[in-house]
Amino acid sequence: MSEKKFSKKHEWVSLEGDIATVGITKHATEMLGDIVFVEVPDAGKSIEKEGQAAVVESTKAASDVYSPISGEVTEGNKAIADDPGSVNGDPEGASWFFKLKIKNKAELDSLMSKDEYDKFCKENPN
Amino acid sequence: MGVQKTALYDLHKSLGAKFVPFAGYEMPIQYRDGIVKEHISTRTHAGFFDVSHMGQFFLEGDESLVEALEKIIPSDLKSLQLNHSKYSFLLNDNGGIIDDLIITKTNKGFCIILNAACKENDIKHISKFLGKNHSYFLNNDLSLIALQGPKSVEILEKLIPGVSELKFMTGNNFSYDSESLYITRSGYTGEDGFEISISNKKVKNLIDFLIKNGVKPIGLGARDTLRLEAGLCLYGHDLNEKINPVEANLKWAIAKKRKEAGGFNGWSKIKNLLTNGSEKIRVGIKPEGKVIARENTKIYSYNGEEIGFVTSGTFGPSVNRPVAMGYIKSEFSEIGTSIQLEIRGKKYEGKVSELPFYKKSYVK
Repeated sequence: MSEKKFSKKHEWVSLEGDIATVGITKHATEMLGDIVFVEVPDAGKSIEKEGQAAVVESTKAASDVYSPISGEVTEGNKAIADDPGSVNGDPEGASWFFKLKIKNKAELDSLMSKDEYDKFCKENPN
Repeated sequence: MGVQKTALYDLHKSLGAKFVPFAGYEMPIQYRDGIVKEHISTRTHAGFFDVSHMGQFFLEGDESLVEALEKIIPSDLKSLQLNHSKYSFLLNDNGGIIDDLIITKTNKGFCIILNAACKENDIKHISKFLGKNHSYFLNNDLSLIALQGPKSVEILEKLIPGVSELKFMTGNNFSYDSESLYITRSGYTGEDGFEISISNKKVKNLIDFLIKNGVKPIGLGARDTLRLEAGLCLYGHDLNEKINPVEANLKWAIAKKRKEAGGFNGWSKIKNLLTNGSEKIRVGIKPEGKVIARENTKIYSYNGEEIGFVTSGTFGPSVNRPVAMGYIKSEFSEIGTSIQLEIRGKKYEGKVSELPFYKKSYVK
């Protein structure tokens, strides 16, 4: 898998061939608190870059998850929909949200590297 | 007026609190453990809540004070025994709920615990009904600490002998650290516990003792999930001035004697509703699956008719499922009725449910 890239809306994406895996960042889960509901997209759904793709709810509030890249969903992670709390445990690993067949790899260029994202979080603590 | 802080603000900070503005105060929404762990700690062990933002309102006066208060509070205050408490409301002319409250009979009159967001308005309203032989004051020198959970009694008894003898919804004066304080056996979580009224100067010592005895600090986030599981209303969400006690399914809190004799604000309307029922009523709601129906979620009948709305909804950590309450047309209020909840444009199945979602364990 490629190195992870990050969006300003606290999603991460990694690429393997033309399949991208998308999830939310550790920082996002820390801001959200205990996650109690997750809705992931079904396979076959087309999503534009920065389009609403999934829902995550903590005990505090509901938030949309956006796709950092355009494509067609190949799989939503049913395991996290069944066990939403697992997202707090391993958000940047096993608790990915969905996979997409991407249209345009160049879209990744506008995203941040890990270092850039960490800096972004420090500068925008909320 | 700027943002206010309770006497424990610095202590909350040292315990890793995340603060939110609430009713003009900076209050902890959660601490390091987070909402779910705080909730479970309260249910299985004990937690303390700083609720010093709530109003501790004292009334004194001659016998005519009871009469004055009974015009706006539908409790049987005449028969209320010393140190006994009742859950009740302040009512407007139309029977609408201006605030919900706990009123306790004291030596000199009454103490009323008012919601933080309502207290100023409440006092204006109450004072209109008082005469020249009555006096009142909001005591801002006192903190209010709720200690809740099954271990509360064992822990507090070590520090303040005698508290274990209090029954639910009664209180008394106790001495601690060469000071008199007032403790009631009550709370807002569905657990056994106490509310401790203590001076701002001594409150930190009390909290230090509780922490040393394994009591966790609990924020407003878990306070909300605990009270919702216990089926208890949150003013400004489940209750407001346009809702009366019959609609709110709280007619049990109107004293039997008062239902018959009346003489309080909105009585003719409430009497009519008690006889004929109300158009809408507050119910518990269980969404199916894991979806959370939050405040303002629209409720539909199985035939697609809009029949109500959600006023509070969250995930209940102890019942391990989403829970909600809301108002629904009375003909759909039977327990078990299938309903639909519109969430993010999609309809989800749900059922009208009994309240509370979590069974209480009060000491009677």
